[in-house]
Amino acid sequence: MTYVRSTFRHPALPKNELGYTVDYYEGSLSTLCAGCGHDSINAAIVEACWQLNIEPHKVAKLSGIGCSSKSPAYFLSNSHGFNSVHGRMPSVATGANLANRDLIYFGVSGDGDTASIGMGQFVHVVRRNLKMVYLVMNNGCYGLTKGQDSATADAGSRNKTGHENLFAAIDLASLAIELGATFVAQSFSGDKEQLVPLLKAAMHHNGFAFLNVISPCVTFNNNSGSTKSYDYVREHMAATATMDFIPIMREITTTYEAGSIQDLTMHDGSVIRLNKLEKDWDPYDRLSATNAVRQAKRRDEILTGLLYVNENSIDLHELLNTSSTPLNALGKDDLCPGNKALESLNGSLR
Amino acid sequence: MKINDFVVRFANVNGTGSASANALFTKAVFRMGVPVTPKNIFPSNIQGLPTWYEVRVSEKGYLGRREGVDLMVAVNPQSIKQDYADVRPGGYFVYDNTKPLSPEYDRTDITHLGIPMTALCRDEFSDPRQRQLFKNIVYIGALATLFDIEFAVLEGLIGNQFKGKEKLIEPNIKALNLGVNFVKENFEYPFDLRVERRDLLDDKILYSGNSACALGAIYAGATVAAWYPITPSTSVVDAFASYCAKYRVDPETGRNNYAIVQAEDELAAIGMVMGAMWNGARAFTATSGPGVSLMNEFLGLGYFAEVPTVLIDVQRTGPSTGMPTRTQQSDILLAAYASHGDTRHPLLFPATPKECFEMTADAFDLTERLQTPVIVMTDLDLGMNDHVTEPLEWDDGRAYDRGKVLGPKQLDEIYNNGTAFKGKYGRYLDVDEDGIPYRTIAGTHVTKGAFTTRGSSRDEYAVYTESSETYVRNVDRLMRKWETAKELVPQPVFYHSGMKHESAHGDVAKGEKDGVIFFGTSIYSAEEAIEMLAGEDIKLDAMRPRAFPFGRAFVEFVESHERIFVIEQNRDAQFKSLMMIELGTDPAKLISVLNYDGMPITADNIYRQIKGNLG
Repeated sequence: MTYVRSTFRHPALPKNELGYTVDYYEGSLSTLCAGCGHDSINAAIVEACWQLNIEPHKVAKLSGIGCSSKSPAYFLSNSHGFNSVHGRMPSVATGANLANRDLIYFGVSGDGDTASIGMGQFVHVVRRNLKMVYLVMNNGCYGLTKGQDSATADAGSRNKTGHENLFAAIDLASLAIELGATFVAQSFSGDKEQLVPLLKAAMHHNGFAFLNVISPCVTFNNNSGSTKSYDYVREHMAATATMDFIPIMREITTTYEAGSIQDLTMHDGSVIRLNKLEKDWDPYDRLSATNAVRQAKRRDEILTGLLYVNENSIDLHELLNTSSTPLNALGKDDLCPGNKALESLNGSLR
Repeated sequence: MKINDFVVRFANVNGTGSASANALFTKAVFRMGVPVTPKNIFPSNIQGLPTWYEVRVSEKGYLGRREGVDLMVAVNPQSIKQDYADVRPGGYFVYDNTKPLSPEYDRTDITHLGIPMTALCRDEFSDPRQRQLFKNIVYIGALATLFDIEFAVLEGLIGNQFKGKEKLIEPNIKALNLGVNFVKENFEYPFDLRVERRDLLDDKILYSGNSACALGAIYAGATVAAWYPITPSTSVVDAFASYCAKYRVDPETGRNNYAIVQAEDELAAIGMVMGAMWNGARAFTATSGPGVSLMNEFLGLGYFAEVPTVLIDVQRTGPSTGMPTRTQQSDILLAAYASHGDTRHPLLFPATPKECFEMTADAFDLTERLQTPVIVMTDLDLGMNDHVTEPLEWDDGRAYDRGKVLGPKQLDEIYNNGTAFKGKYGRYLDVDEDGIPYRTIAGTHVTKGAFTTRGSSRDEYAVYTESSETYVRNVDRLMRKWETAKELVPQPVFYHSGMKHESAHGDVAKGEKDGVIFFGTSIYSAEEAIEMLAGEDIKLDAMRPRAFPFGRAFVEFVESHERIFVIEQNRDAQFKSLMMIELGTDPAKLISVLNYDGMPITADNIYRQIKGNLG
């Protein structure tokens, strides 16, 4: 935890296309523990938004309750945020998105917030394919109440007190794929190289983009015997592919060895360029994605990177055929039928 | 002879198509210009169980339920024994005599009218479904002849009902005539219960509270509805959906200027509403008691984080699952103080469909003005029954009151000239000293006005804090807002000294020693009972509160009377408790008049209880 942040900024800090330096995308000072994985993820979010030239006021940040859900305060201070109630962020995000389809909705949740108390809402927001980024900062434990196991802790994993978890873990990424999520990725808070392009791709996805990010809890679950510790995750990580995210109209400059490259074109014309490491994995195939995750698990590996994407994703607004003008921008003239309509209605009720 | 003053009860089997036939009877009386009030008394069941439909016809315009059945249409073998016993001495018992009635049905104090409904339909129709459905129409035709209801009125109604499905008109008319002709050939008609044409309804309409709430939401510009199905509120969103289809589809693009989401539960439903209202759209949900219980968590967030929300609570008989298809006013305390910690919410109490329309529309203005959840407290009786009500009106000049929302220009002014904000926007600054701060909507300004909404304590600039002083300052401000709300919400209406109708001038009634308080659907029976008592020279002042919190006029009424009868439809005298909590009223002064059996309160009941107390 840093109590004082330097206000010094190098005068030569690069600016993005909007003329903002990266610090414009920062939030208030984090009150999470020093070394918390969540802070690294927050830094990756800041970086991704800066690189994508996002206008912060066009982003709404939403969260539930828990260490992870405090995070939105620590990035994008020029965005509105809503730190709602435990496990209920998906419903608040749904309403917010219905009100204004023109913003980017960035939801942050934790493993308790999503896999336990919020499981019902999580499952249903996936079904609705709400256009949002849903990021779980997954550390396998309840930090704010001092380290109890969460539903994503692996059976046999031990926490700081030596307590062994008896129950099978809920694998959120597999679950999301199974439920029909249209973009599913998994990553590690310590792997910014991977996380930043994943975040960028997620923000360009036309539907529900789910990111399950293992984010070790340095205080309660970073000991030996834990399967969510920094050491364990680093040693057991495998990736589907390395990737670049190329926004629309940007020239592709990165070069790769021939044969392993696959370009995934998003609905808006941007491209995810994959350098595949998993030979048999097809990012467009749900079954293949599930298989890859399971095969990795059998090898005692945590599979990271993009897992699945549906290039033809249709989001909730398209499903509901809502007006292209955001609902919150419609006025009385658009919405109120007026007294004349009432007179004819009265007539039909006599 | 009883002209325009009787009760008819239809005893049917649920799911046999009786509802639309019975409604035809109500509507026919209505079109004869005579006040009429129908009540659905139905089971929590889709098909097979007994269901009743009770119609009171009242020349004097009494629209509450009345005890005693003058004519029973008993076509349900399951309930026929009880239905038989329920007919008033001197009344009529209409039944299907295709099979003879067993010998124990031998009352001599009532008239038996056997109509072979099954046989008539069997002979006339070949389709089994029509044979079943038209039995209901046959008895409507028979009743119309007995009551002397003009046949042309029925024909007109059938014509309206099947507009666009003209093929169905002819068999319906045929079925009506089967009943008409049977009566003409076998009974003396018309008999001594009579519907005589009058012109007592002016331009009134026949409408249900749930439809009216939905229409109020349409007129108020609600664009997002999120809900979870629950009786008796489901038809609010059903009606909203059909009004949206009619009024809210852009004719050019074919796109919807609304979004309706059936949520996974009531928690999600209200979460979606709060998300939408937080983000600048008007949104609402409708539920009943069990749903309000689930929404408690969010209601606390809405109160503390100051997020506008409109919740329509169509109350039913609790606790727990209770009697889901019966009425009560038993969520008063639940709603008033919903959620943990020190919370309180404005409640609106519509009494008629017209008020459902108006108050739902008002609720959107109030919730955005006050930045706190507002709950419209209706009930099953109001929501799911048709009521004779004044025609709906909308002032086309009325602008939506979106409350204190800052736009980009105003934000710039704050930072350029200072204004009352002294140079910096603070989400929870009470610059107007009415307890209501200024909010901003996401996406408004590139660099100004962003803040994080949270359920945890924060300072005036929406920054998280655990400072005791700041916390106290904040919750005290919320009480200041509550004081502001007292005069903003719809004010009570008064009845001076035994008057049946509310006073036009709206002054606090205080001439009499004793007063009566009633709210919501108790209105009909309370007005009737007050008139019954006035007829015996027992004069009471009355007040019908229309909202919580209670303002000055409410307090003045309470203080101006020695004793006050508080009429409410729950066991625990919840409204009385609310008065004791909020105003510190001496409980000895408040005499409860209660009804909590799940049926709408009757005037006789109120009369008896007040009379009993006056000694």
